[in-house]
Amino acid sequence: MTPADVHITVNHLTMAYGSFIIQRDLTFTVQRGDIFIIMGGSGCGKSTLLRHLIGLKPPTQGEVRIDGESFWEASPEAQDRLKRRFGVLFQSGALWSSMTLAENVALALEQYTALSAARIRQQVALKLALVGLAGFEDYYPSQISGGMQKRAGLARAMALDPDILFFDEPSAGLDPISSRLLDELILELRDSLGATVVVVTHELASIFTIGNNSVFLDADSKTMIASGDPKHLRDACPDPKVRTFLTRGDVSGKTA
Amino acid sequence: MHGTTEEPRGRAELRCSHPTAETVLVELSGSWRLQDEVPALTDVEQQIEATPRLQRLTFDTTGLTAWDSGLVTFLLELMAFGAQRQMVVAQEGLPEGLRRLLHLATAVPERQGARRETIRAPFLDRVGQETLALIAAVGDLLGFIGEAMLALVKLCRGQARFRPVELIMLIQECGVQALPIVTLICFLVGAILAFIGAVQLAMFGAQIYVANLVGMAMTLEMGAMMTAIIMAGRTGAAFAAQLGTMTVNEEIDALTTLGLSPMEFLVVPRMLALVTMMPLLTLYGDLLGILGGGLIGVTVLGISPVEYFQQTRAALTLSACAQGLIKSAVYGMLVALAGCLRGMQCGRSAAAVGQATTSAVVTSIVCIILASAILTVIFFRVW
Repeated sequence: MTPADVHITVNHLTMAYGSFIIQRDLTFTVQRGDIFIIMGGSGCGKSTLLRHLIGLKPPTQGEVRIDGESFWEASPEAQDRLKRRFGVLFQSGALWSSMTLAENVALALEQYTALSAARIRQQVALKLALVGLAGFEDYYPSQISGGMQKRAGLARAMALDPDILFFDEPSAGLDPISSRLLDELILELRDSLGATVVVVTHELASIFTIGNNSVFLDADSKTMIASGDPKHLRDACPDPKVRTFLTRGDVSGKTA
Repeated sequence: MHGTTEEPRGRAELRCSHPTAETVLVELSGSWRLQDEVPALTDVEQQIEATPRLQRLTFDTTGLTAWDSGLVTFLLELMAFGAQRQMVVAQEGLPEGLRRLLHLATAVPERQGARRETIRAPFLDRVGQETLALIAAVGDLLGFIGEAMLALVKLCRGQARFRPVELIMLIQECGVQALPIVTLICFLVGAILAFIGAVQLAMFGAQIYVANLVGMAMTLEMGAMMTAIIMAGRTGAAFAAQLGTMTVNEEIDALTTLGLSPMEFLVVPRMLALVTMMPLLTLYGDLLGILGGGLIGVTVLGISPVEYFQQTRAALTLSACAQGLIKSAVYGMLVALAGCLRGMQCGRSAAAVGQATTSAVVTSIVCIILASAILTVIFFRVW
């Protein structure tokens, strides 16, 4: 693990809303090219952790470093620069409802690159085709299904060819086949674009298919209780809670 | 488990007996559904308490014809009562499905600290908390205005990022589409002013000065204020609803993570649209108000149209018109700020969007009237 391989570092992060602490003392590292899973029971603060990593909520304590640079201590311009290297897929897609799919994907390109309108249209068509939505450029988000909105959201997240992709519950609301196709797309993005991927999820099938590094957040002790390769955690983690979670309750014989 | 609400009410019966000195056998028979007449728990409780040294509670449900959740809650209370008195509860006499429901209901104990107590704080406490909340709200408003001003500065330097197409659509919405309602309201306000003024002035035979009254009132204040209040209700609420819904859908978060400032992308075009359209609408409203007053002057007071026109022209000053237009630009800025602020402060539910729009309109109107008072004093001193 050379310094050049470390992409995101989180040191002693504490997350709180006012005096209500959600998680404390989180420390983990995401390597370049990892598919990093943030997992835990419901209500443990997974999505909140994601918000801290993508620049939506400053930490109460601790730091988040991207490529060695501390995000929350940087100037607003430096933060904007770092944010442009992220691509974020929100849980419900969060497409801008007053713009068509093409306009949604094109916005980042229009604002941050000097490409001509024709070249932007080409890029938009490419990104939509990559997620299987070729031909839907002029549809509004309200005119397509939930699964298609997610895929459009992914196309938008990929608009600037980001280094780091963040997914918030990508499989929520998708049927098993679509979920599998999305997993394969995530693996493909990692292999071809070399992106690092951070995924918040509790879909076990996806966790084992795509994840090679992870952190497990516990709602009761309000801190992380495990980290590493999910398959290794399922087989050999010292904490029974983690093994029970990863085997859907089969270890102890009880369901849920 | 049976039970529908269309079936007639049945009867349930309960008998207690003592097969042995330490056991009470509760026989349940009849129809124990939510809509049926059931015995009160207190009867059983009293019977149990009347007999000392009871240690076992058993059930016999051979006579039970139908049951649903009504029986489950009855038994849960009875079992809790029995547990309180250190009695052993034997569930063998109960139907299988009922036993499983009872087991499920008690399987997960209540999580410590989850239940929230609503304690009513003393009056002074609440006054203090409301005051602190008010101070924080004023702080938020000033902070928002500050950020908006910074974004405007960026706009002047040509660095603000927003979509020009959106600005054009907003101008159409705030300008052209508001003309019908501004026409109606300003015309009628001018007519009302003329009518009220006419009654008073007629006492001195000075009806012709109705033209002065309407002209000066509309251009100095009423044109700007009425137009601003119309725009607060129509456009301020629309901005709050749109930005509030974007907050609920995480669309604003999506902008932020892309590095686009919501202030520059959403608020600046809205401020620009209102600040440029309000003076134009106000000018139009002033003219219509004068026309409205003219109608009353001609029909009710018998002033000739030419006379009314000449009198109005003599009374109006350029400074009065300018004051009205400056006020309208300020009001436009306030309406845009209030609408956008409430939209972005919106909570994450449908009810929150409703509250945001209401709050936007109220805040706009309060700010408009406050600004009107301040500006009137300033103009009086300076002009």
